[in-house]
Amino acid sequence: MRVIIYAALAALALSPLPAAAQNAKPNDAQIAHIAYTAGAIDIDAAKQALKKSKNKEVRAFAENMVKDHTAVNKQALALVKKLKVTPQDNPTSQALAKQAKDKRAELAKLSGKAFDKAYVDNEVAYHKTVDNALETTLIPSASNAELKSLLETGLKIFQGHEQHAEHVDAMLK
Amino acid sequence: MQPGRTALIAALLCGIVCAVPARAETIKVEIKNLVFTPAEVTAKAGDTIVWDNQDVFAHTATATDKSFDVMLPPKKSASLKVTKAGTFDYFCKFHPNMRGKVTVAE
Repeated sequence: MRVIIYAALAALALSPLPAAAQNAKPNDAQIAHIAYTAGAIDIDAAKQALKKSKNKEVRAFAENMVKDHTAVNKQALALVKKLKVTPQDNPTSQALAKQAKDKRAELAKLSGKAFDKAYVDNEVAYHKTVDNALETTLIPSASNAELKSLLETGLKIFQGHEQHAEHVDAMLK
Repeated sequence: MQPGRTALIAALLCGIVCAVPARAETIKVEIKNLVFTPAEVTAKAGDTIVWDNQDVFAHTATATDKSFDVMLPPKKSASLKVTKAGTFDYFCKFHPNMRGKVTVAE
Protein backbone atom coordinates (compact mmCIF):
# COMPACT_ATOMS: atom_id res chain seq x y z
CA MET A 1 0.00 0.00 0.00
CA ARG A 2 2.67 2.46 1.08
CA VAL A 3 4.67 1.70 -2.04
CA ILE A 4 1.70 2.70 -4.18
CA ILE A 5 1.10 5.86 -2.17
CA TYR A 6 4.73 6.88 -2.22
CA ALA A 7 4.85 6.20 -5.92
CA ALA A 8 1.73 8.32 -6.36
CA LEU A 9 3.49 11.21 -4.66
CA ALA A 10 6.52 10.62 -6.81
CA ALA A 11 4.30 10.59 -9.89
CA LEU A 12 3.98 14.32 -9.39
CA ALA A 13 7.10 14.50 -11.41
CA LEU A 14 7.08 13.00 -14.83
CA SER A 15 10.49 11.52 -14.37
CA PRO A 16 10.33 8.15 -12.64
CA LEU A 17 12.02 7.86 -9.30
CA PRO A 18 14.66 5.29 -8.45
CA ALA A 19 13.01 2.06 -7.36
CA ALA A 20 14.68 2.18 -3.95
CA ALA A 21 13.03 5.50 -3.15
CA GLN A 22 9.63 4.14 -4.01
CA ASN A 23 9.98 1.29 -1.57
CA ALA A 24 11.27 3.28 1.35
CA LYS A 25 9.04 4.73 4.00
CA PRO A 26 10.24 8.31 4.47
CA ASN A 27 11.89 9.02 7.82
CA ASP A 28 11.20 12.17 9.84
CA ALA A 29 14.21 14.01 8.41
CA GLN A 30 12.94 13.31 4.90
CA ILE A 31 9.33 14.12 5.78
CA ALA A 32 10.41 17.48 7.21
CA HIS A 33 12.33 18.17 4.01
CA ILE A 34 9.37 17.22 1.79
CA ALA A 35 6.92 19.34 3.81
CA TYR A 36 9.27 22.33 3.81
CA THR A 37 9.91 21.96 0.07
CA ALA A 38 6.18 21.74 -0.66
CA GLY A 39 5.64 25.02 1.18
CA ALA A 40 8.63 26.76 -0.41
CA ILE A 41 7.38 25.76 -3.86
CA ASP A 42 4.04 27.37 -3.22
CA ILE A 43 5.70 30.55 -1.95
CA ASP A 44 7.75 30.77 -5.16
CA ALA A 45 4.66 30.19 -7.28
CA ALA A 46 2.84 32.94 -5.38
CA LYS A 47 5.75 35.35 -5.82
CA GLN A 48 5.62 34.75 -9.55
CA ALA A 49 1.88 35.45 -9.51
CA LEU A 50 2.43 38.68 -7.57
CA LYS A 51 4.87 39.81 -10.25
CA LYS A 52 2.63 38.88 -13.16
CA SER A 53 -1.02 39.11 -12.16
CA LYS A 54 -3.15 42.22 -11.99
CA ASN A 55 -6.28 40.38 -10.88
CA LYS A 56 -7.34 41.43 -7.37
CA GLU A 57 -8.59 37.99 -6.29
CA VAL A 58 -5.56 36.21 -7.68
CA ARG A 59 -3.20 38.63 -5.95
CA ALA A 60 -5.05 38.34 -2.63
CA PHE A 61 -4.84 34.56 -2.90
CA ALA A 62 -1.13 34.66 -3.73
CA GLU A 63 -0.42 37.04 -0.85
CA ASN A 64 -2.13 34.65 1.50
CA MET A 65 -0.10 31.72 0.14
CA VAL A 66 3.12 33.60 0.90
CA LYS A 67 1.97 34.45 4.44
CA ASP A 68 0.58 31.04 5.38
CA HIS A 69 3.38 28.94 3.96
CA THR A 70 6.02 31.24 5.40
CA ALA A 71 4.35 30.83 8.81
CA VAL A 72 4.15 27.03 8.48
CA ASN A 73 7.75 26.74 7.31
CA LYS A 74 8.93 28.95 10.13
CA GLN A 75 7.24 26.55 12.56
CA ALA A 76 8.77 23.60 10.72
CA LEU A 77 12.27 25.07 10.99
CA ALA A 78 11.79 25.80 14.69
CA LEU A 79 10.63 22.23 15.22
CA VAL A 80 13.50 20.52 13.40
CA LYS A 81 15.91 22.70 15.34
CA LYS A 82 14.25 21.73 18.61
CA LEU A 83 14.27 18.05 17.66
CA LYS A 84 17.84 18.32 16.38
CA VAL A 85 16.81 16.82 13.07
CA THR A 86 18.53 17.91 9.90
CA PRO A 87 16.04 17.88 7.03
CA GLN A 88 17.27 15.36 4.53
CA ASP A 89 16.97 15.88 0.80
CA ASN A 90 15.39 12.93 -0.97
CA PRO A 91 13.99 11.91 -4.36
CA THR A 92 10.46 13.08 -3.52
CA SER A 93 11.66 16.58 -2.60
CA GLN A 94 13.79 16.63 -5.74
CA ALA A 95 10.88 15.50 -7.90
CA LEU A 96 8.63 18.17 -6.39
CA ALA A 97 11.24 20.87 -6.95
CA LYS A 98 11.90 19.79 -10.52
CA GLN A 99 8.23 19.74 -11.42
CA ALA A 100 7.69 23.15 -9.82
CA LYS A 101 10.61 24.62 -11.74
CA ASP A 102 9.14 23.34 -14.99
CA LYS A 103 5.73 24.74 -14.10
CA ARG A 104 7.18 28.16 -13.32
CA ALA A 105 8.94 28.20 -16.68
CA GLU A 106 5.67 27.27 -18.38
CA LEU A 107 3.73 29.99 -16.52
CA ALA A 108 6.44 32.57 -17.24
CA LYS A 109 5.45 32.44 -20.91
CA LEU A 110 1.85 33.39 -20.14
CA SER A 111 0.34 36.75 -19.24
CA GLY A 112 -2.98 38.37 -18.35
CA LYS A 113 -6.00 36.14 -17.99
CA ALA A 114 -4.20 33.12 -19.41
CA PHE A 115 -1.61 33.39 -16.66
CA ASP A 116 -4.22 33.87 -13.93
CA LYS A 117 -6.15 30.82 -15.06
CA ALA A 118 -3.07 28.62 -15.41
CA TYR A 119 -1.70 29.72 -12.03
CA VAL A 120 -4.95 29.11 -10.16
CA ASP A 121 -5.61 25.80 -11.94
CA ASN A 122 -2.16 24.65 -10.95
CA GLU A 123 -2.73 25.78 -7.38
CA VAL A 124 -5.87 23.64 -7.18
CA ALA A 125 -4.04 20.62 -8.62
CA TYR A 126 -0.90 21.17 -6.57
CA HIS A 127 -2.75 21.50 -3.26
CA LYS A 128 -4.76 18.37 -4.04
CA THR A 129 -1.58 16.41 -4.64
CA VAL A 130 0.06 17.68 -1.47
CA ASP A 131 -3.12 17.02 0.58
CA ASN A 132 -3.09 13.47 -0.67
CA ALA A 133 0.60 13.00 0.08
CA LEU A 134 0.17 14.41 3.59
CA GLU A 135 -2.86 12.28 4.33
CA THR A 136 -1.70 9.00 2.92
CA THR A 137 2.07 9.05 3.35
CA LEU A 138 3.66 11.86 5.31
CA ILE A 139 1.37 11.99 8.35
CA PRO A 140 1.10 8.19 8.81
CA SER A 141 4.88 7.82 8.37
CA ALA A 142 5.89 10.55 10.80
CA SER A 143 7.16 9.03 14.03
CA ASN A 144 7.64 12.16 16.14
CA ALA A 145 4.35 13.33 17.65
CA GLU A 146 5.15 17.04 17.28
CA LEU A 147 6.08 16.61 13.64
CA LYS A 148 2.87 14.65 13.07
CA SER A 149 0.86 17.40 14.72
CA LEU A 150 2.52 20.10 12.60
CA LEU A 151 1.81 18.07 9.47
CA GLU A 152 -1.83 17.77 10.52
CA THR A 153 -2.07 21.55 10.81
CA GLY A 154 -0.31 21.76 7.46
CA LEU A 155 -2.92 19.46 5.97
CA LYS A 156 -5.76 21.71 7.17
CA ILE A 157 -3.93 24.74 5.74
CA PHE A 158 -3.42 23.02 2.39
CA GLN A 159 -7.02 21.80 2.27
CA GLY A 160 -8.19 25.33 3.03
CA HIS A 161 -6.01 26.71 0.25
CA GLU A 162 -7.36 24.14 -2.16
CA GLN A 163 -10.92 25.33 -1.49
CA HIS A 164 -9.83 28.97 -1.65
CA ALA A 165 -8.14 28.29 -5.00
CA GLU A 166 -11.33 26.63 -6.24
CA HIS A 167 -13.31 29.75 -5.28
CA VAL A 168 -10.86 31.99 -7.11
CA ASP A 169 -10.96 29.64 -10.07
CA ALA A 170 -14.77 29.86 -10.17
CA MET A 171 -14.52 33.68 -10.16
CA LEU A 172 -12.14 33.66 -13.13
CA LYS A 173 -14.67 31.86 -15.32
CA MET B 1 -51.03 24.69 40.83
CA GLN B 2 -52.99 27.62 42.26
CA PRO B 3 -52.79 30.87 40.36
CA GLY B 4 -51.69 32.74 43.46
CA ARG B 5 -48.83 30.35 44.03
CA THR B 6 -47.69 30.64 40.44
CA ALA B 7 -47.59 34.38 40.79
CA LEU B 8 -45.60 34.06 44.00
CA ILE B 9 -43.05 31.79 42.36
CA ALA B 10 -42.86 34.12 39.41
CA ALA B 11 -42.27 37.02 41.74
CA LEU B 12 -39.55 35.12 43.58
CA LEU B 13 -37.86 34.11 40.36
CA CYS B 14 -38.08 37.68 39.19
CA GLY B 15 -36.36 38.75 42.37
CA ILE B 16 -33.39 36.69 41.27
CA VAL B 17 -33.43 37.16 37.53
CA CYS B 18 -35.15 40.48 36.93
CA ALA B 19 -33.16 42.51 39.43
CA VAL B 20 -30.37 42.71 36.88
CA PRO B 21 -31.63 43.96 33.54
CA ALA B 22 -30.64 41.70 30.64
CA ARG B 23 -27.09 42.76 29.94
CA ALA B 24 -25.27 42.39 26.68
CA GLU B 25 -22.89 39.49 26.92
CA THR B 26 -19.59 38.70 25.34
CA ILE B 27 -19.35 35.33 23.67
CA LYS B 28 -15.92 33.98 23.00
CA VAL B 29 -14.91 31.78 20.08
CA GLU B 30 -11.39 30.42 20.08
CA ILE B 31 -9.47 29.67 16.90
CA LYS B 32 -6.73 27.13 17.19
CA ASN B 33 -5.22 24.98 14.46
CA LEU B 34 -7.84 26.14 11.96
CA VAL B 35 -10.85 25.24 14.10
CA PHE B 36 -13.53 27.57 15.51
CA THR B 37 -14.37 26.43 19.07
CA PRO B 38 -17.21 26.28 19.85
CA ALA B 39 -18.26 25.89 16.26
CA GLU B 40 -21.80 27.01 17.09
CA VAL B 41 -22.71 29.80 19.46
CA THR B 42 -26.00 31.36 20.47
CA ALA B 43 -26.30 35.06 21.22
CA LYS B 44 -28.96 37.67 21.85
CA ALA B 45 -29.24 40.83 19.79
CA GLY B 46 -26.83 43.33 21.33
CA ASP B 47 -24.29 40.70 22.42
CA THR B 48 -20.73 40.76 21.18
CA ILE B 49 -18.90 37.83 19.64
CA VAL B 50 -15.16 37.86 20.17
CA TRP B 51 -12.99 35.63 18.02
CA ASP B 52 -9.64 34.93 19.59
CA ASN B 53 -7.24 33.83 16.86
CA GLN B 54 -4.42 31.84 18.44
CA ASP B 55 -3.03 30.70 15.10
CA VAL B 56 -0.03 32.20 13.35
CA PHE B 57 -2.27 32.45 10.28
CA ALA B 58 -4.69 35.22 9.37
CA HIS B 59 -8.31 34.10 9.33
CA THR B 60 -11.69 35.71 8.78
CA ALA B 61 -15.19 35.17 10.10
CA THR B 62 -17.21 35.78 6.95
CA ALA B 63 -20.95 35.24 6.88
CA THR B 64 -22.18 33.08 4.02
CA ASP B 65 -24.91 35.68 3.39
CA LYS B 66 -22.23 38.44 3.52
CA SER B 67 -23.89 40.15 6.50
CA PHE B 68 -20.52 40.32 8.28
CA ASP B 69 -16.86 39.92 7.38
CA VAL B 70 -14.45 40.14 10.31
CA MET B 71 -10.68 40.07 9.72
CA LEU B 72 -8.84 38.02 12.32
CA PRO B 73 -5.09 38.75 12.15
CA PRO B 74 -2.64 36.17 13.51
CA LYS B 75 -2.48 36.03 17.32
CA LYS B 76 -5.13 38.76 17.65
CA SER B 77 -8.76 38.90 18.56
CA ALA B 78 -11.54 40.82 16.89
CA SER B 79 -15.17 41.33 17.76
CA LEU B 80 -18.57 41.81 16.25
CA LYS B 81 -21.69 43.20 17.91
CA VAL B 82 -24.66 41.24 16.67
CA THR B 83 -27.82 43.25 16.22
CA LYS B 84 -29.93 41.25 13.81
CA ALA B 85 -31.73 38.06 14.79
CA GLY B 86 -31.18 35.01 12.68
CA THR B 87 -28.88 32.11 11.99
CA PHE B 88 -25.61 32.99 10.36
CA ASP B 89 -23.29 30.40 8.92
CA TYR B 90 -19.79 31.71 8.54
CA PHE B 91 -16.44 30.55 7.21
CA CYS B 92 -12.86 31.71 6.82
CA LYS B 93 -12.22 33.29 3.41
CA PHE B 94 -8.63 32.10 3.40
CA HIS B 95 -9.42 28.56 4.56
CA PRO B 96 -13.04 27.86 3.59
CA ASN B 97 -12.79 24.46 5.29
CA MET B 98 -13.11 26.40 8.58
CA ARG B 99 -16.80 26.81 9.40
CA GLY B 100 -18.91 28.10 12.24
CA LYS B 101 -22.40 29.27 13.09
CA VAL B 102 -23.87 32.13 15.11
CA THR B 103 -27.51 32.04 16.10
CA VAL B 104 -28.86 35.39 17.24
CA ALA B 105 -32.12 35.52 19.19
CA GLU B 106 -34.27 38.68 19.40
